[in-house]
Amino acid sequence: MTDLLSKFDPYIAEHKGLLDTGVNDPFGVVMTQVLSPTRAVINGRETILVGTYNYMGMTFDPDVIAAGKAALESFGAGSTGSRVLNGTFAPHIAVEQALKDFYGTKSAIVFSTGYQANLGMVSTLAGKGDYIILDADSHASIYDGCKLGNAEVVRFRHNNWQDLDKRLGRLPADAGKLVILEGVYSMLGDVAPLPELVAVAKKHKAMTMVDEAHAMGFFGQHGRGVYEEMGLEDDIDFVVGTFSKSVGTVGGFAVSNHPKFEILRLVCNPYRFTASLPPAVAATAEASIRKLMNAKEKRDNLWAVSRKLHAGLKAAGFKMATDTPESAIIAVLLPDQDSTVAMWHQLLEHGIYCNMSRPPATPAGIFLLRCSLSAAHTLADVDTIVSRFIAARDSLSAMPAA
Amino acid sequence: MNREMTYARLIELIEPFNKKGIALAEATSFADDLELDSLTVMDLVANIEDEWDINMPLNILPDLETVGQLADAVVKLKG
Repeated sequence: MTDLLSKFDPYIAEHKGLLDTGVNDPFGVVMTQVLSPTRAVINGRETILVGTYNYMGMTFDPDVIAAGKAALESFGAGSTGSRVLNGTFAPHIAVEQALKDFYGTKSAIVFSTGYQANLGMVSTLAGKGDYIILDADSHASIYDGCKLGNAEVVRFRHNNWQDLDKRLGRLPADAGKLVILEGVYSMLGDVAPLPELVAVAKKHKAMTMVDEAHAMGFFGQHGRGVYEEMGLEDDIDFVVGTFSKSVGTVGGFAVSNHPKFEILRLVCNPYRFTASLPPAVAATAEASIRKLMNAKEKRDNLWAVSRKLHAGLKAAGFKMATDTPESAIIAVLLPDQDSTVAMWHQLLEHGIYCNMSRPPATPAGIFLLRCSLSAAHTLADVDTIVSRFIAARDSLSAMPAA
Repeated sequence: MNREMTYARLIELIEPFNKKGIALAEATSFADDLELDSLTVMDLVANIEDEWDINMPLNILPDLETVGQLADAVVKLKG
């Protein structure tokens, strides 16, 4: 018998080698208590969370919790079914209405996760004979959506509209085309030049889809995302988003003004062949989305702490992934895996949790310690985070070289 | 399009990714011999697309295991 798992031996060896150096497992962190959107107990120690994507700090909002409890009591623990069969309850309709109100669109479709939203949208919109043109640094869920579908897939160099123009120009003029962009790219936290990219897509008569997972709530007048901030509301065909970041629960969605958008419910497998969200989750999402419509103080604070962390780490001599703070993702570049893991471990020992990111999640050859800020962080928290980054670095340089 | 010239230029494009400095040949495998990871392959593909002004759909990449197969694909795509 061929052991099907033996193909993963190199990963097993690499992971074991990593743990044998005595560090915490960067992929095995357990939070034994969650105290607030920005504090949890990890390894018995109260830790500041700077890597949760909990941008608007909604996870413990009293109104959100109350809405979830009420729905749990009245609709039960789960729907046990697909949206197109027995799995559509009043809270699912209500959360889709909240999305339509938030985005000002005619339609909204809720998926069970953000991953499935991309999987479903990408694989269903572009079919056989159509073309998908995606940014090279697109999220894995977008690439996986391409694999699930039957379209021809072409990628262009990250955020490079000239490169997009060139590649679109090589495609048959009358073929169906979907250009897939993201407002904020999650690894480096950089913002896409959407006006230029969308203009190129329009020039070549392609439809556009923008994933605004990392921008909801704090970009644009209504918090709709980078596309709103850049004045492209009439130019984007489909917007994809998630409940697992700014909204503070789990789920995914797509919104659109396309008159035929609703048909996707009947033809999209990642929508119709999976159970719908638990009604309590839908209810918490609805409550949260409605509160995000009036969250000016939260978003102002999120930007303030993001800018302060970028400035603080830069002043402390860390190499930043972006020259300026472009989003609520503030990433520090490190030279290689060993130094990244060592620093990540020291940070955790100093009571800071951030994300360790490495290829293939990151663009080629890039190793990151990625921080994501929350509206629930205070400016004083940022002082503590920066001082612990410095202390962690100092404790590394105090160690004898291995 | 001339297969021989395409192959020769292809070798030049692959050379910067040949970190181990092995001798490149028709049967050289991208995964086993050059040990290119999927991200590096993507960069090489982008360079090839620009060199010959073609789109090389991601869907066909899994079938292109060797330098020779890649040369055949470029000739075919260029038409």
